[in-house]
Amino acid sequence: MAQSHAEHHGPSYMAIFWYLAVLTVIEIAVIFLPIGKLAIGVMLVALASAKAALVALYFMHLRFETKTLGYIALTPVVIAALLVLVLLPDSLYMPHQTAGDKKMEAPKH
Amino acid sequence: MSDAATALHHPAVEPVESPLTPESWGKLGMWVFLAGDAMGFGVLLASYGAMRAGSADWPNPAEVLGIQLTALMTFLLICSSVTMVKSLENLKSGNLARAKMFLLLTALGGAIFVGLQAYEWTHLIHRGLMVFGNPWGATLFGASFFIITGFHGMHVTAGVIYLLSIYGVISRNSDMGYKYMVTEVAGLYWHFVDLVWIMVFTFVYLL
Repeated sequence: MAQSHAEHHGPSYMAIFWYLAVLTVIEIAVIFLPIGKLAIGVMLVALASAKAALVALYFMHLRFETKTLGYIALTPVVIAALLVLVLLPDSLYMPHQTAGDKKMEAPKH
Repeated sequence: MSDAATALHHPAVEPVESPLTPESWGKLGMWVFLAGDAMGFGVLLASYGAMRAGSADWPNPAEVLGIQLTALMTFLLICSSVTMVKSLENLKSGNLARAKMFLLLTALGGAIFVGLQAYEWTHLIHRGLMVFGNPWGATLFGASFFIITGFHGMHVTAGVIYLLSIYGVISRNSDMGYKYMVTEVAGLYWHFVDLVWIMVFTFVYLL
């Protein structure tokens, strides 16, 4: 146990906590920014990925494990990215899709 | 006789190979399980995106669902991840009482999370959001919302039960190394549930 403790040289757990808390606040602020929907989307995905990476690397100690274990963890990320790439072209060609201006409507009864 | 003893002490592993997780096989097992589980969540979120992209009347989730409560839930889950690592840290330094207290706090955080989710669901159902009905547009919005948050909520519920049983294990077992190992493996699951919620919060509530 003492050996593995010596290997952990990353930021402290409380530092990671503050990074996560601040990133969450930024995420919530981003959705109110007066910029395009695509820009907001890109920023949100980047922020969420950063948070997920912080949790995996430090809370789950992935940074201190063998590389191959990291490859196991990366497999679903790669597969999910491929799935999005496969679906993306079709969704971009949806003719009736409007660029986010069709929002909430009154409840239909 | 000596052959049998040698075979027992040298399991069928290539001599040049070293295990991915030298501390325990349980850790490797958990990682492989989590990779598979992540694929399940990945598929759910990707298909959510595909359905949303193909829909003309998808509601704006942040307006319909409200994000104040879920932001609080996100914060709660992050806190419970911190208490989880604190529990492990205390086990490492041999402070069993504090480790157990932090483990209980982690489970409590998870239980409150599930409670808040139940409250949120009740509120939305009263406003008319159903698995097969959505007063604000696309029906699939209701279905995908309940399936994704429900699947995650089930993971949190299972996690709370898992953590409480680990509490029992580290209370009864006397081997400090074993206590550390089982708590570390349980912690992996718990942080994964937190990680998935970060994704769900972003893709289902904010985006």
